[in-house]
Amino acid sequence: MIRAPSIARAVVTHGILVGVGAIFSLPFFWLVSTALKADTQVLAMPPVWVPRPVRWDNFPRALEYIPYVQYALNTLRICALSVVGTVLSCSLVAYSLARVRWIGRELVFFSLLGVMILPGQVTMIPTFTLFKWLHWIGTILPLVAPSFFGNAFYIFLLRQFYRTIPQELSDAARIDGCSDLAILLRVIMPLARPALATVGLFTFIGAWNDFLGPLLYLNDEGSYTLAIGLQRFVSQHGAEWSMLMAASTVMTLPIVVIFFFAQRTFIQGVTLTGIKG
Amino acid sequence: MMKGGRHLRSRGSARARRDFRTGLLFAMPWIIGFTVFVAYPIGASLYYSLCEFDGIRTPKWIGLANYRTMLLEDELFWRSLANTLYMVVIGLPIGMIVSLVIALLLNQRIRGMTFYRTLFYLPSITPIVATSILWLWLFNPQIGLINILLASIGVRDAPGWLTDPTWSKSALIIMGLWGAGGSMVIYLAALQDVPQALVEAAHLDGAGPIQAFRHVTVPMLSPVILFNLVMGLIGSFQYFTQAYVMTAGGPQDSTMFYALHLFNRAFLDFRMGYASAMAWALFIVTLACTAIVLRSSARWVYYAGEEA
Repeated sequence: MIRAPSIARAVVTHGILVGVGAIFSLPFFWLVSTALKADTQVLAMPPVWVPRPVRWDNFPRALEYIPYVQYALNTLRICALSVVGTVLSCSLVAYSLARVRWIGRELVFFSLLGVMILPGQVTMIPTFTLFKWLHWIGTILPLVAPSFFGNAFYIFLLRQFYRTIPQELSDAARIDGCSDLAILLRVIMPLARPALATVGLFTFIGAWNDFLGPLLYLNDEGSYTLAIGLQRFVSQHGAEWSMLMAASTVMTLPIVVIFFFAQRTFIQGVTLTGIKG
Repeated sequence: MMKGGRHLRSRGSARARRDFRTGLLFAMPWIIGFTVFVAYPIGASLYYSLCEFDGIRTPKWIGLANYRTMLLEDELFWRSLANTLYMVVIGLPIGMIVSLVIALLLNQRIRGMTFYRTLFYLPSITPIVATSILWLWLFNPQIGLINILLASIGVRDAPGWLTDPTWSKSALIIMGLWGAGGSMVIYLAALQDVPQALVEAAHLDGAGPIQAFRHVTVPMLSPVILFNLVMGLIGSFQYFTQAYVMTAGGPQDSTMFYALHLFNRAFLDFRMGYASAMAWALFIVTLACTAIVLRSSARWVYYAGEEA
């Protein structure tokens, strides 16, 4: 009674998954396919699925149109500084919330939750005028400096993880003469490596993909990030689809590569967000 | 143990003082950051919202005039609010259902699960700008892949998608579904925590698959559904980048979303006081919706171990 339908069910499930999977992969396929086509094939009817000949030189051409290497380096610099700042600051604050008993920590905790539901638009304009007053517009400082002051989501995530580390380990280190900073650096952070990797990874991807920040603060073409460079590229070369797809592919590729190398960290990150209980 | 415990009582208050210092010191980055990048901007933006302010000259107090203009004169305010609510009320539930269905399909202990999970997750971490450009191409009314495929199955008057005001928001919602993998993996992680014994017990009690899903799986998932709902709600109210890159709010303001209208007022017209008033209205609407959802959640969210 139960066996027979379960085979049918497996077949149906697989059928649907193959179908949905095909739909989900189609945009990626079309992205790469268009990126490798000659202009005549881009517009051909009926559509050409596999480009022939494969125009590899679309990529160097697209990288000339948009100074990709420079934009990539600009983006990487922002990513690296954001990752360092976020991991350090969130670690400190999470330690304070998870491992130290002090009056005021509930207040700090509630301020985290409050920030999570605060729309960025509310703080956007005063923050902009503040950075303007500091003469930071046109530099990367508005994009990286705030990460040194913690991020509500990641503090929350690390706090959840730090709480699961046995108190005995801290006590033992303290008896050996460790200060709190030493306990954090030598006991907690090594044990929290998966959580820290998740925070670093998500921060990196967030900075790589960020659009509004660079749009607000980078006004000099030489300092553009990939996101803003690519958007400007669209408004200038509207209809050159093979160039646009080549440029989009090159911007997406690092994210895909990172995902394949750090797949476990991504999936762990989902479990770590602490929303499950 | 001995060493630490010997003077415990006499050192109690010293320890409390030391812990307070340590806690405060370690939390300092956040406390400073919160003051400078959250508390001050909240106050300043409330003040700006009551002023005429171009971002350069000193703000000039005009009382509630910005709010009056917003509510009574700015048609685009209402238009953009309606467009945004469309994404919240229609786009968000569709996205949540699709990602839950995919997660349920993947939770069947099937072969190739990792492969599918990767495939469905990747679009959600693809840079939004790249995604937007790609879908601009896919949605192209004449030569885009979507309409070519529709024509090949015999659809004659395929929609103009982003060029047609009646279809533009649907197009953005469809594109959003491609990114459903982000919440899908969250559902999937939660589904893998649903004890199989509970589902089997329901079957033994005579529950069919649909009943077991409704009365076992959904309650066990409800905290995660709430999480995705609240996050989705907050995100949908701030829908921006896709519209900025793909349509700039058009055609005929059909994709002029609230955050885009606000951005344009602040950084195209430099009406920063007015934009601040808009930001506060957004804050209030978001807060009200979140509060309603959280209040209702007492009735439909089940927390394991909380039941009497």
